[in-house]
Amino acid sequence: MTSLNAPLLVSSALYPPPALCFEGVTFSHEEKVLLGPCSFTLEGTGPTLVMGPNGAGKSLLLRLAHGLLTPTQGKVAWSSEGRPRQAMVFQQPVLLRRSAAANLIHALAVNNVPRRTRAKLALDALERFGLAACSNTPARVLSGGQQQRLALARAWVLSPQVLFLDEPTSALDPAAIKAVEEAVREFHQRGTRIVMTTHDIHQARRLAGDVLFLSGGKVREHTPAEAFFDAPVSREAQAFVAGELVE
Amino acid sequence: MENNAFYVALSLLLDFDATLFQIVALSLQVSLLAVLIAAVLGFPLGAAVALWRFPGRSGVIVVLNALMGLPPVVAGLMVYLLLSRAGPLGELGFLFTPGAMVIAQVVLVLPILAALSRQKVEEMLGEYREQFVSLGMSRARMMPTLLWDARFALLTVLLAGFGRASAEVGAVMMVGGNIDGVTRVMTTAIVLETGKGNLPLALGLGIVLLTLVMLINAGAYVLGELTRRRTG
Repeated sequence: MTSLNAPLLVSSALYPPPALCFEGVTFSHEEKVLLGPCSFTLEGTGPTLVMGPNGAGKSLLLRLAHGLLTPTQGKVAWSSEGRPRQAMVFQQPVLLRRSAAANLIHALAVNNVPRRTRAKLALDALERFGLAACSNTPARVLSGGQQQRLALARAWVLSPQVLFLDEPTSALDPAAIKAVEEAVREFHQRGTRIVMTTHDIHQARRLAGDVLFLSGGKVREHTPAEAFFDAPVSREAQAFVAGELVE
Repeated sequence: MENNAFYVALSLLLDFDATLFQIVALSLQVSLLAVLIAAVLGFPLGAAVALWRFPGRSGVIVVLNALMGLPPVVAGLMVYLLLSRAGPLGELGFLFTPGAMVIAQVVLVLPILAALSRQKVEEMLGEYREQFVSLGMSRARMMPTLLWDARFALLTVLLAGFGRASAEVGAVMMVGGNIDGVTRVMTTAIVLETGKGNLPLALGLGIVLLTLVMLINAGAYVLGELTRRRTG
């Protein structure tokens, strides 16, 4: 990635990262409880890795936190005044049927960034994520890895205080995974609070500051990463870390 | 030879027959203007129905879908009643003018553009919704983005609308009156010539009409393909 040589500016505007608080949050669909009740607070600088087997409710938790879903019961609250600036990167990037640059410019326009600065900000972000050569390429003909990087670049131009990533690397090859993980570190260094789901324990080891472990729709454990990987407390997490198949 | 429709069509074209060109020009003017007006009204209407949830929404969708099959003579009759001397808009003196024909065709084409664009936009919204909400977009802000991203599908919808407008005869006949040199268009001329028994001329006009429609469709197709390749 070209950006690694560029100076990393930790933007003071992003500090301190706002804390996210789940207060007895439950999410049900057709009378079936899919998640919760869960209560926890995400403080500190993260990155927080939300882990757990498939169907544990990781994506639901992220969508509730980001506000894409409304809890059936309970409340999602932020320590900051009002809702912090936030963005989300999905497992399958949703890109507009336009050029790579136009995708970023659209996101800037939607967020009322002045027209004259949009093109420059978009190009800077494309460069940072190694996509400068593709700026005029239709976003949907880019490779899977490039598309995910474009989705990250789109989040980058919005300077989010909090960035949610939902299994961003699950469909990618190792080189593309590496690029995404580097991008996640860059966000973290800039001061963006990262909350990311993964079912890849190796990825979690590489990135995590703290781990929120879910299984069966319940939060089983929320501990600093080292503690989680060295000595998980809950039975489910012990099995998960040991590499057993957990339901 | 003179009775061969292709010969008649060709000689009409090659002679630069003034009457023919006037008829062709009026046909194109009326139908293109009608489609343009219907698009300006119909695309946002379709997108709005796709985006907003309101009481009676299903009813609106059913009515729009049903009106796609509105018989041209019924549309013609409605506009006729509206514009006739005794009608609510009679004082405008619009009846039997090209303006009246445009209004009648807008009535015919609008449901097609609205119903089909509603469907396309709703499909696309399903794909984009989470990303849009994540970006903090209001429904009103989603509308232009969706319409622009659906542009290739909407071009085809536009062609369907133009096909309907340029092919119909009932509505323009009723509100235009097929007045020579004023409101005579291709389709009404064909009806007239057939009635007079001048079949080669009628068929020749038909061939010209078909050729025009094909040219417009080919042009739109090429334009669509070129932009698609450029922007994905």
